[in-house]
Amino acid sequence: MDFLRPASWEEALAAKAEHPSAVPIAGGTDVMVEINFDHRRPEYLLDLNRVADLYEWETGEDTVRLGASVPYTKIMENLRSELPGLALASHTVASPQIRNRGGVGGNLGTASPAGDAHPALLAAGAEVEAESVRGSRRIPIDDFYTGVKRNALAPDELIRAVHIKKADGPQQYSKVGTRNAMVIAVCAFGLALHPGTRTVRTGIGSAAPTPVRATVAEDFLNAALEEGGFWDNGKIITPSVAKEFAGLCAAACNPIDDVRGTASYRRHAVGVMARRTLTWTWESYRGARRTSEGAA
Amino acid sequence: MRVNLTVNGRPQEADDVWEGESLLYVLRERLGLPGSKNACEQGECGSCTVRLDGVPVCACLVAAGQAEGREVVTVEGLAEYARQRSSGDAGDTPDLAPIQQAFIDAGAVQCGFCTPGLLVAADEMLEHNPDPSDADIREALSGNLCRCTGYEKIMDAVRLAAARQQEAV
Repeated sequence: MDFLRPASWEEALAAKAEHPSAVPIAGGTDVMVEINFDHRRPEYLLDLNRVADLYEWETGEDTVRLGASVPYTKIMENLRSELPGLALASHTVASPQIRNRGGVGGNLGTASPAGDAHPALLAAGAEVEAESVRGSRRIPIDDFYTGVKRNALAPDELIRAVHIKKADGPQQYSKVGTRNAMVIAVCAFGLALHPGTRTVRTGIGSAAPTPVRATVAEDFLNAALEEGGFWDNGKIITPSVAKEFAGLCAAACNPIDDVRGTASYRRHAVGVMARRTLTWTWESYRGARRTSEGAA
Repeated sequence: MRVNLTVNGRPQEADDVWEGESLLYVLRERLGLPGSKNACEQGECGSCTVRLDGVPVCACLVAAGQAEGREVVTVEGLAEYARQRSSGDAGDTPDLAPIQQAFIDAGAVQCGFCTPGLLVAADEMLEHNPDPSDADIREALSGNLCRCTGYEKIMDAVRLAAARQQEAV
């Protein structure tokens, strides 16, 4: 094994171009487990810890450009108002020690269906900034996950950053596990209200071969909200609408039975989380509406 | 490969390090510092918690090469680390950090395997949060598993250390 230690992003790209089989390592919270357990013996480890700009984030007008290695702890501490869904998801990652090391770039690189960040990224809307010596491109998050632990990266590409839409409305994240800390999701659900475009987006984790959006459920809900004038009148969502939305979210799953839970449990739990996160975010939207109207 | 790092304030050099080796292995097997414990090797148990440039991490998940040029504090250096933090000046280092004494006084140690990691994690929390609520303590120690105590005495120990730290101010 060779340990490659690029001091800059350009050096990292050159190393990845020269050794496409090199395994990038940043927080190490996935890669080191595989090495410790002899599940993986990469020819090259590509250490990204010295590439400083991977640890930075910039808040723009509409998006946050989040460096691939920004640890979950920093997201929780610094980006709660811009990226509330991702901040909540970050808080459910493992333990403080793991959150101090791991970041969204690793979650994307590993592309496990159980990665905690994915549902939040899908719900908020995001693009992955991938780069190689050949150039840079933005991969829409909807096209990024291509299979179980597979993603759209080319062998010579590295993830530099994620561009995530800043929240324009309430966001929620929910995760099912046997305890609060140190838990791989049995299943997870992210939901974001986008009052600006009058749309709702979702993300489902651990309930299909890849993280997925419940697009049929989104379409149904968007139409129902529009039809009932909910965005304007701020009424409580009709229970039948919430129920139908929950059912469609459950139907968007394609889960398996495994040690963490059965497929039918996962479908059920995703429906429950969908209904709850919709209620929570909608109540928060209504509250904000009332406050702003009161102030006016 | 060779790895240079600072451990508990002393520059150290480890030779013939395998590229896939963890910082934990370097500390225990090459530098003679077996305080950090090797249990799960997958970041689940926190027994190997050390400070890496001040930040608590699982040493089993840091590749040795990633520690090049960086500062590590292990449980062996905790007493000195805590002394420098509280007094700043040179002086005699007590044998134990306040959090270590509190663990003994509260009876928070049974088999002891989880203790070094808990001490490092708890000490770091008290550094940033001198007056933690029970929820704060639980959250800060949520990455450290103990299979003996049921955690109650550990909670007592951290509360005790926090109270003593506040008295001292």
